[in-house]
Amino acid sequence: MSDAYILNTPGDQQAMLQTIGARSLEELFAPIPSELRLNRPLNLPSASSEIELHQHLDRLAKKNVSANDAVCFLGGGAYDHFVPTVVDMIAGRSEYYTAYTPYQAEASQGSLQAFFEYQSLICQLTGLDIANASLYDGGSGVAEAVIMALNVSPKKHQVLIAESVHPEYRQVLATYLVNLKAELVTLPTPKGYLEPETLRNALSDQTACVVVQHPNFFGCLEEVETVASMAHDRQALFVVSFDPISTGILKRPGDYGADIAVAEGQCLGTPLSFGGPYLGILACRKQYVRQMPGRLVGETVDRNGKRCWVLTLQAREQHIRREKATSNICTNQGLFALRAAVFLTALGPQGLKETAELCLQKAHYACDMLCRQAQAAVRFERPFFKEFTVSVQCDDVPRCLSGLARNGYHAGLHMGRWYNWLNDSFSVAVTEKRTQEEIDGLASALAFRLLHMQKGGA
Amino acid sequence: MDPKALRYTKTHEWAAMSGDIVTVGISNFAADQLQDITYIKLPAAGDSVTADRSFGEIETVKAVSDLYAPVSGTVTEVNQQAADTPELIKSSPFGDGWLVRIRVAPGSTLNHLQSYDDYQKQIASEAH
Repeated sequence: MSDAYILNTPGDQQAMLQTIGARSLEELFAPIPSELRLNRPLNLPSASSEIELHQHLDRLAKKNVSANDAVCFLGGGAYDHFVPTVVDMIAGRSEYYTAYTPYQAEASQGSLQAFFEYQSLICQLTGLDIANASLYDGGSGVAEAVIMALNVSPKKHQVLIAESVHPEYRQVLATYLVNLKAELVTLPTPKGYLEPETLRNALSDQTACVVVQHPNFFGCLEEVETVASMAHDRQALFVVSFDPISTGILKRPGDYGADIAVAEGQCLGTPLSFGGPYLGILACRKQYVRQMPGRLVGETVDRNGKRCWVLTLQAREQHIRREKATSNICTNQGLFALRAAVFLTALGPQGLKETAELCLQKAHYACDMLCRQAQAAVRFERPFFKEFTVSVQCDDVPRCLSGLARNGYHAGLHMGRWYNWLNDSFSVAVTEKRTQEEIDGLASALAFRLLHMQKGGA
Repeated sequence: MDPKALRYTKTHEWAAMSGDIVTVGISNFAADQLQDITYIKLPAAGDSVTADRSFGEIETVKAVSDLYAPVSGTVTEVNQQAADTPELIKSSPFGDGWLVRIRVAPGSTLNHLQSYDDYQKQIASEAH
C-alpha cells in the first residue's frame, strides 16, 4: 500500500510504539475479541498515484455543469450572484479556512470576532435586535424559527405557512415538526401571494406564528405589513424568510413587523457549489433571545479590561440543557458566515443597493423580453424583485427547458415540479451578473424553442 | 421565613403553608451550590403545577436546574422581583427570594415533606 498520502513513516510508528511501551500495532488491538476481528485486508483498490488521482477527479468533475458553462437564470433559493475576489482571499486564509469550533474562547478570538461582526451585519440588514452565528441553510432556518415561536407561546400549537414559501423549506419544516405537538396548516396562494382574507380566515387563538417568504418562491412580493399586523392582532409571531440581497431595495424585515427573520445566505458571497454547503441566517427581536437556537457570540472584556468575544447564553444549547435545549444544533456555518461578512463589508450599503437595483432592472427587462419575444405571459399580477414566474404556450415545459439547456441557457425552474396547477410555468431569476446580451439570447432561444416544439420538433 | 419552621423537598425546595396558599423557594444550600444565577424561568399566575414535577428552571453560566413543585395546585403569585433580579435568591433565599405561591386543595398538608432537621441530615450527607 502506498504511503504517499500517510504522514507517518514506519520509523515514526516505531518511535511512537516505543514511547507507549507497545511492541506492535497488533498489540493495541488485542482487547478486541478475535471473533469480532475482520482478519483480512479491506477490499480496497491499490492507492493511485497523484497523476491518476487528478485524472480520476477531473473526469468526475466534468460530469457537472457549472454556472460558468451555461447562462444561469436558475433561482428558487440559490442564485448566481457575483462573488468578489476579496471574499475568497480572506476566507481562504488557513487561519480561517481550517479553524475549528470556537468553544475555547482563549484559542478562538479570530473566529469569534468574525462571527460577532457577521451577527452585527445581519442585525443591520434585518433591522432586528439579535442574530445568531448562523444555522445550516434557509430551509432549516424556517424550521428553527417556527420551533422558536412554538416555544415562545407553549400553549399555542398551530403554525400557518403560505404555499408561496419554498416547497422544500415547507418539507423540511414538516419533518422537524413531525414529533412535536404542532399543527402545520398550509395556506393556498392561487394568486401568487398570501391574500389577507385567506389569512384572516385561518388565524385563531391557537396560532403560534404565521410564516411567509418575501419575495416568495414565485418571485412575488407578499403583503408583509398586512400579514404582520394581522398576526400580531391575534398574538401570533410573524416569521419571514427573506432574500438578503433584496434588503438593498426593499424594507427590512424588522421595519415591516417581522418578529423572526430567516434567510438562505448563499447569495452573500458563496457560489452555487452544487447545492451546498450554504448559510442559514436567523435574527429576532431581543425578547426572544432565550428561545434562539444555535451559537451566539457576545462581546465582553477580559480580566485586563481588553475587549474580547465568547460564546454566550450557552445554557440554551443542548450540551447544557440536553433534551430541553432550544434546538439540537451545536454548530454554525462559520466559513460561510465569514464569507457573508466579507461580502457585506466589501459591498457596503451602497454596493448592496446597486446590486439590488441591477437585479430589479434586469429581471423586469427579462420579463418584458420573454413576453414580447416568446409570447410568455406573466403568471401573477404582483410586484417582483429579481425572480418572476411566466407561463408559456407549451405542453411540456421540462422538455422545453432541457432544450434550452442544450442551447446554453439554464432558463429556469419548472413550477409544475412542485405545483401541479403551474404545470405550464417556470420561474426565471436574473441577477446583476446577467448581461443584456444574455437576456436577449434567452428570449430568442425560448421563442425559437417554443416554435420548434409547436411544429412537432424534438 | 424562619428556615426551621419550613418543610423541604429532597430536591432542595422549601415550602410554607398559610391557609390554602403554599409559598415555595429554594434553600440556602441550593442557592450556595448554584454560584451565579443568570436567569430564572417561572410559571405564570394561573398555571397549574404538579407535585414532584418541574415548574421552572434556574440557569447559571454552565448549567440549568429544574425547580420541582413540592405540592400540586394553581399558581396564584409569582415573585417577579426575584425573576428580574436573580441575585435576590442567593442573598435572601428564605425571604425576598421566594419564588411562587400555589393554591392547594383544601385540607392539604405539607406532611409528605421533610422537616428542617431531616433536611439538614440530607444535605450533610450530600455535601462534599
